[in-house]
Amino acid sequence: MSTDAVLYDHPGPRAKARNLILTIVFGIALLGLLYWIYSRFDAKGQWAGNLWEPFTQASTWTDYILPGLLETLKAAAVAMVLSLAFGIIFAVGRLSDHWWLRIPAGVIVEFFRAVPLLLLMFFIFFGVPFLTEQPMSIFWAVVIGLTLYNGSVLAEAFRAGVYSVPRGQSEAAYAVGMRKGQVMTHILIPQAARAMLPVIVSQLVVLVKDTALGYIISYGELIQLGVNNLSANFANVVQAAIVAAIIYIIINSALTGFAGWLSRRTRRKGRAPRAAGAQIQQTTIEPGLGGGGGGAF
Amino acid sequence: MDVFSDPLNRDVYITGFLWILKMTLAGGVGALLLGVVLAAMRVSPVPVLRGFGTAWVNIFRNTPLTLIIFFCYFGLFTTLGFSLADDIDLNNFWLGVIGLSVYTAAFVCEAIRSGINTVPAGQAEAARAIGMTFFQTLSIVILPQAGRAVIAPLGSILIALCKNSTIVGTIGLMESSNAMKELINANGDAVIPIFLVFAGTFAVVLIPTGYAFGWLANRLAVKR
Repeated sequence: MSTDAVLYDHPGPRAKARNLILTIVFGIALLGLLYWIYSRFDAKGQWAGNLWEPFTQASTWTDYILPGLLETLKAAAVAMVLSLAFGIIFAVGRLSDHWWLRIPAGVIVEFFRAVPLLLLMFFIFFGVPFLTEQPMSIFWAVVIGLTLYNGSVLAEAFRAGVYSVPRGQSEAAYAVGMRKGQVMTHILIPQAARAMLPVIVSQLVVLVKDTALGYIISYGELIQLGVNNLSANFANVVQAAIVAAIIYIIINSALTGFAGWLSRRTRRKGRAPRAAGAQIQQTTIEPGLGGGGGGAF
Repeated sequence: MDVFSDPLNRDVYITGFLWILKMTLAGGVGALLLGVVLAAMRVSPVPVLRGFGTAWVNIFRNTPLTLIIFFCYFGLFTTLGFSLADDIDLNNFWLGVIGLSVYTAAFVCEAIRSGINTVPAGQAEAARAIGMTFFQTLSIVILPQAGRAVIAPLGSILIALCKNSTIVGTIGLMESSNAMKELINANGDAVIPIFLVFAGTFAVVLIPTGYAFGWLANRLAVKR
């Protein structure tokens, strides 16, 4: 169904009246909810100017929020690059003709997709130092955790993408004498990456959000510095959390918007594989081919 | 495996996973109900409802769950005095369930909406042509077909919800990730077995669940 408007007729006079009534009723309910929130805040004195004022001072931003944001983006950027590499390597591994490559790659991907990221980070940060007998860098604990989990999800996305490339593509490549590796790197992976672009970018959004888990092992990212430390000084935890949430929403909306722009652009030029067009809809819903982990959430 | 032969440690392990199970169930029910309502709002003819649904999805889908859970505790509970139970664990549990529900509902809503988009336009047009109202079209014709298309994504969301419920450990609930942390700190010599048991429990439960949902989705798929 291309538009939601197919679900209902163009409203006639009665439907218009009904919609108007619904609009008013729900509008009032919504205003009531907003007022309830407002009064709840008011009763606890959360609108007091001194709680919001820190956000108008430059030092709040330069001392807490921006350094935190920088750490968040740093971890996210490094983990993005590493997990894309991890994803491609393990997708190719799982598609290999050799069982001794395919099976270990499959086990690793399925395992890391099924294990909660927080559990993984706890193991890397608290457990690994017992094994290596030296302290674990907190930055790398976050990045390695993010890479193992998101890389595994991306590996499944790439694999689904490779399956969505029409068979004729690889057959033609073999026919002109390419080797297996060449077919993969020159023919399949580039097309798979384009077909799965929406999934890949939504996984990158997940990655940005998951850097917040670093807060739990006290990595100095946006929530740690911009919410926890800031509110320790100004006693404005609600306000700081709202500001941090807005920052996350802006970053992730920008990433999602970028993905939409990119996929419109590749589709217009006919670069995305045509036969995959119908499947893209489905694969955006389910990147994992029914595997254990669950993708972009 | 010596660590788990100690009944105290086994207790920590079992309690941790019981919390995860309870949060998955409660959060799943909450998210499903909320998500269906939000999806209905997003396809409804009333602009205010559509706007509300869209705003909800964009806000909660783009905010880290850690921040939402954090806000549920430090915002709702500590600052605004929004208490749900006298028992501290139970209170944290319900705060966590609220956070998980409002977050996951955004994904449920989007999954159902894309499920609705897989139903061919002709189905809705035919339903309207024989005079069905919006609610009849949605509940008798569209949602039953969409429901079968969304089994796989809803399965993934449920699995993600189960894994995400470890995050409620941030606000002090002794769920499995905190349980693992405690056991690791107390038993530095058995780090790998402890991790493998905890991670393995998730893997053993969740990987088959994923395949089961995939199988079910294939079986119930609307053949077109």
